[in-house]
Amino acid sequence: MSRKGFLPLGDRMTEGQMPMHLPATALLRWLQRLAYRLGIRGRGLVIAVPYLWLLLFFLVPFAIVLKISLSEALIARPPYSPLFEWVEGMYLEIRVNFGNYLFLLDDSLYAVAYLNSLKIALISTLLCLLIGYPMAYAIATADPAWRSSLLMLIILPFWTSFLIRVYAWIGILKQNGLLNNLLINLGLIEEPLAILYSDLAVYIGITYSYLPFMILPLYATLERLDRSLLEAAADLGCRPFKAFLTITLPLSLPGILAGSLLVFIPAVGEFVIPELLGGPDTLMIGKVLWNEFFTNRDWPVASAVAIALLLFLVIPIMAFQYLQGRQQEARR
Amino acid sequence: MSRRLGGLLVPGVAGLMAVGWTTAGAQELNVYNWSDYIGETTLEDFVAETGVEVNYDVYDSNDVLEAKLLAGNSGYDVVVPTAQPHLARQIEAGIYMPLDLDRIPNAEGLDPILMERVQAADPDNQHAVIYQWGTNGFGYNRDMILERMPDAPVNSWDMIFNPEVVSQFEDCGVSVLDAATEVFPMALHYLGLDPNTESTDDLAQAEALMMSIRPYVKYFHSSQYINDLANGDTCLSVGWSGDVLQAAYRAEEAENGNDIHYVIPEEGTVVWFDMLAIPADAPNPVAAHDFINFVLRPDVMAGITNYVAYANAVPASLEMVDPEIAEDTRVFPSQEVLERLFVTRVVSPRFERERTRAWTRIRTGQ
Repeated sequence: MSRKGFLPLGDRMTEGQMPMHLPATALLRWLQRLAYRLGIRGRGLVIAVPYLWLLLFFLVPFAIVLKISLSEALIARPPYSPLFEWVEGMYLEIRVNFGNYLFLLDDSLYAVAYLNSLKIALISTLLCLLIGYPMAYAIATADPAWRSSLLMLIILPFWTSFLIRVYAWIGILKQNGLLNNLLINLGLIEEPLAILYSDLAVYIGITYSYLPFMILPLYATLERLDRSLLEAAADLGCRPFKAFLTITLPLSLPGILAGSLLVFIPAVGEFVIPELLGGPDTLMIGKVLWNEFFTNRDWPVASAVAIALLLFLVIPIMAFQYLQGRQQEARR
Repeated sequence: MSRRLGGLLVPGVAGLMAVGWTTAGAQELNVYNWSDYIGETTLEDFVAETGVEVNYDVYDSNDVLEAKLLAGNSGYDVVVPTAQPHLARQIEAGIYMPLDLDRIPNAEGLDPILMERVQAADPDNQHAVIYQWGTNGFGYNRDMILERMPDAPVNSWDMIFNPEVVSQFEDCGVSVLDAATEVFPMALHYLGLDPNTESTDDLAQAEALMMSIRPYVKYFHSSQYINDLANGDTCLSVGWSGDVLQAAYRAEEAENGNDIHYVIPEEGTVVWFDMLAIPADAPNPVAAHDFINFVLRPDVMAGITNYVAYANAVPASLEMVDPEIAEDTRVFPSQEVLERLFVTRVVSPRFERERTRAWTRIRTGQ
């Protein structure tokens, strides 16, 4: 990405060359003057926008959930105790309740549900990778005239509601559904397979729903891959499979990682797919959270589960990215 | 009323409501009701008569409604919670305004015996009136059941809670409602224990009973069974009266040979009342009172019952209700059966948590 594309925006605006007839431009200009006074210029301004976004839509909700997780459940509206209270108009009383977090350690349910969610997410991610990699590879190596049509086919299902597509799987997988009828008519099986309402159905649902998130980043890396490296390998007598293992695969690692994270993270917290396709014994942290919030009406414990989930998920991933970044820097 | 997951599709609709807020002058009303739980023309007729613009949203579980009400500023004017335990707890949390009965003259026509029954939830009937009511029971596919067990005790909870009986139907599909609050009171009652107990020993006994039948249950779900019963994918389903009757009607319409029956078990079961109530922060309380008054009018109420096949509490409406429904003892149980029905009550949050936890163990083995 060239830096040039970013800088002129800031520079030009300080010179007052931007058209001023749009109110949005006026607002932008005002924000910019503010930023200028605060000592943020050019590049800093561009970077400030995503940070502002994160602050508004990630940190603020996080702080609210954190606050609720430290309160006590009440039968009231809202159903939890206040964290801060003015007593006699002069003392600020702060009551912090860590009991909700201790409670999570008390009962093995939360740990088991979390580990089970990790397992389901991990297996689904692997399935996505196994199916997605050949697809991305085929698209990236296809005739350029075909590529955009093939990519379109990957994205097309997104135009239908996610929920409708998951419901469609119920019709396919159920006892007298499409799949069972097909297999019986082909004479492959005699008794219908019980796939719906099992972990297998959840794997199918998650893999199907998240497959494009795996294919798109993989395609992006594979498409940019320098083909002359493969030609050189062939010239030097390397067989195609070995060339794939030693050249293509390592070079596509960033795509594999990006795709895997895009599938893995939402799959851990998935609620809708296991609820619709999963069996009664499919235990995932999303369902536990739902139960805490809706059935037990215990918002503080539900919030504590959410915070714990976030910490257990985000911290390892952030650490991983940090280490990876350092590795890349070291390589330079 | 079908308490089904279709409700997941719906919450987004609530967001759309905000669009109408700014139109000054014209009166508005925001109604939040169970899915498939109103007459075919009830809303149109109300709009035609009063000129009030109605925004109508639906939900599929009391828990979803309660979460919105507890969060506050739900924006709804009329909601339909179940009397016990939900309405009772919500009244305790200060969610509802007292009804102004001068604005609801049709409330005079409510059955005083039924209204007395809901006073345990709403002392002196200050906050709510009965909308529809029904029972928890089970539906069965007659041919499939009798083929497997010619002398099946089809009128008894033994069908569900006796492992020796229910195990015979494992291969044709048994389903149970997925709600601790609905199933545990029935299991406790079957064991001869107090359905509203807060004793952990009693709960453990009910859990053991559920565990003993668990191997024969195909799935736990609160709406899927309507279609599955109708299609013959299950042959025995614990469910709500109207939903099982819907399955029976659907099978009849499809002429697929599935003969579905609803049973109010002879041992007695849970009876529930869904109530019309107005949140204290309702933006249009006047229109809300008008709507409740409209719904309680005998001809309007008859139209609703004819469509949803649940019982109502307005005796004067019965002469306008389709005789097939009005005379169906599965919809309007006889006095003798009524006496064997019981309501579920609010339990302490601590017990509620233990009950939910026990339910998770039953579902997942964890």
